[in-house]
Amino acid sequence: MNDFLGRLTWDAIPIHEPPAVIAGAMMIGGFVFLVALVTYFKKWGYLWKEWFTSVDHKRIGLMYIIIAIVMLLRGFADAALMRTQQAISVGSDYGFLPPDHYNQIFTAHGVIMIFFVAMPLVVGLMNLVVPLQIGARDVAFPYLNSLSFWLFMVGMVLMMLSLVVGSFATTGWINYAPLSEKVYSPGVGVDYYIWALQISGIGTTISGINFFVTIIKMRCPGMTLMKMPVFTWTALCSNILIIISFPMMTAALALLTLDRYLGFHFFTDTAGGNPMLYVNLIWAWGHPEVYILVLPAFGVFSEVTSTFSRKPLFGYATMVYATVSITVLSFIVWLHHFFTMGAGANVNAFLEL
Amino acid sequence: MNKIKNFIIAIAAFAGSSLLTGCKDLVVIHSKGMIGKDERDLIFTAVALMLLVVVPVIILTLVFAYKYRASNSNAKYDPGFTHSTKIEVVVWGVPIIIIGILAVIVWKSTHALDPYKPIEIEGVKPLNVQVVALDWKWLFIYPEQHVATINYLQLPVGVPVDFSVTADAPMNSFIIPQLGGQIYAMAGMKTHLNLIADEAGIYDGRAYVINGNGFNGMHFKAHVTSQEAFDSWVQEVKNSPNSLTTDVYKQLLKPTEYVQPQFYASVTDNLFEDIVMKYMMPGMDDMQGMDAK
Repeated sequence: MNDFLGRLTWDAIPIHEPPAVIAGAMMIGGFVFLVALVTYFKKWGYLWKEWFTSVDHKRIGLMYIIIAIVMLLRGFADAALMRTQQAISVGSDYGFLPPDHYNQIFTAHGVIMIFFVAMPLVVGLMNLVVPLQIGARDVAFPYLNSLSFWLFMVGMVLMMLSLVVGSFATTGWINYAPLSEKVYSPGVGVDYYIWALQISGIGTTISGINFFVTIIKMRCPGMTLMKMPVFTWTALCSNILIIISFPMMTAALALLTLDRYLGFHFFTDTAGGNPMLYVNLIWAWGHPEVYILVLPAFGVFSEVTSTFSRKPLFGYATMVYATVSITVLSFIVWLHHFFTMGAGANVNAFLEL
Repeated sequence: MNKIKNFIIAIAAFAGSSLLTGCKDLVVIHSKGMIGKDERDLIFTAVALMLLVVVPVIILTLVFAYKYRASNSNAKYDPGFTHSTKIEVVVWGVPIIIIGILAVIVWKSTHALDPYKPIEIEGVKPLNVQVVALDWKWLFIYPEQHVATINYLQLPVGVPVDFSVTADAPMNSFIIPQLGGQIYAMAGMKTHLNLIADEAGIYDGRAYVINGNGFNGMHFKAHVTSQEAFDSWVQEVKNSPNSLTTDVYKQLLKPTEYVQPQFYASVTDNLFEDIVMKYMMPGMDDMQGMDAK
């Protein structure tokens, strides 16, 4: 146990495990290639000045989307590995992925697809489109916008780092306690999960506040709320959901961090902890999360159909009411993610409706 | 000609991809237990009610897209048509009515199919089975028969079974898909699942919540037989050499995977209650909590 490096030793680099070696090598290779390319074309100054330090919402939006597509490739690779393993491991053949690796891959697949593909695609699109739609010069807090993006990048870097240093969580993307507690997951995997999600989660929460203020305060003169484009309405509702729900995930993961690092007993099996609390907290975030992802997509449907039909959206007002009702209702139904935990018929029936 | 060929290829690819689903046995649809059958009927009812909305919407989407396509000069272009109260009433009203119907159905069936609700059959005494989820195997204790098994369940047909479920391992979920629903197995807590098997047979039982690296091997077979066969099986188990004492149980706590069925002729009294209670005692934060006994 090193004073400076803690438990980090050379053993953390998984050179004896073929899947990790291949994945890590490909990733490092790709990264080195990119760096070499940019250096060869002498574009570092340009990239730094025009893109990395940009506070322009369009540039930031585009960067979100580009990273989302890159992570989509990794998520897709994870999916291909899982499906290949499933196809091969029939009967007495256990396939090429030992359970520890398979579990890491499917956990990483879930985390990447939700947090590092879907969220940035949605947030990137909102970045790109919303200020233009409401006639604002930029978002309300452009520097915070850039900060949100870079916090998200840190989370993404942590995900990629877990391929080459240590291992990732094996608990599934929602990371239930008590499996994610120190007792059952003593390695660094769950810690990678916690840090990546907490950091990018803070970025998302900041974005939520940013866009909420932008839409409420920075519309051009004459644009009342009911005159906003539909996508802006869905973006507004989605950001309200972000502001209210992401702190719940932050809290749940913070409590889990206390459990893991300081020996607290919020979600442990023993000493008065209750894993059901984790399940409730994380799904109270998790359900609004999926509406955060889907509402802007609905906004896109409405915008695209009305544009290409060359007419105003049919039933604009009812669309707005529907979106707002979804926003409100999504907060009271989270139990449907764990009907079988044994909550009793009355509770189950109410939260099913 | 090319368009039709592409269309046929697309349909064939789509149909072919359904072969990739890998379902060999539609156990939820071909349920062999009363609870499972009720749940299947509920699924079908709910889907049918929802299709009442889904099918017209999909058809209308395709019809509108075709009728109002840009190259169709017969279709009326009416950019001012943005509101119609009649259409709104239908589009909101029909789903609201369907939700109302579903709500009544859901309320009733959630109460009727509550896993905690004992299944009462005239003159038939229910069987109690205690289930403990371990790393990575299932322990079944028959408290009235004083026997226990690992990864092997035998049940008499037509007899209501009251499973009391707990865990001495991370949270898991106990399910025999062909007989009915599932219930979580959590340490320090006792949940119940009431099931009944209508037909004899061998049914798969699984663990449905990831609980670590041995998760894949954590399945068992539930053998449903006649009452006589069940009774003689109990006798057979009572004649087996092993006994589930506290020490043997502590050995079981060690993580093992893909465990073959084991049989125990006798079980320490109150083992299940002790397993549940050991997590409720303050200050017991190591897995081998049985030292305190």
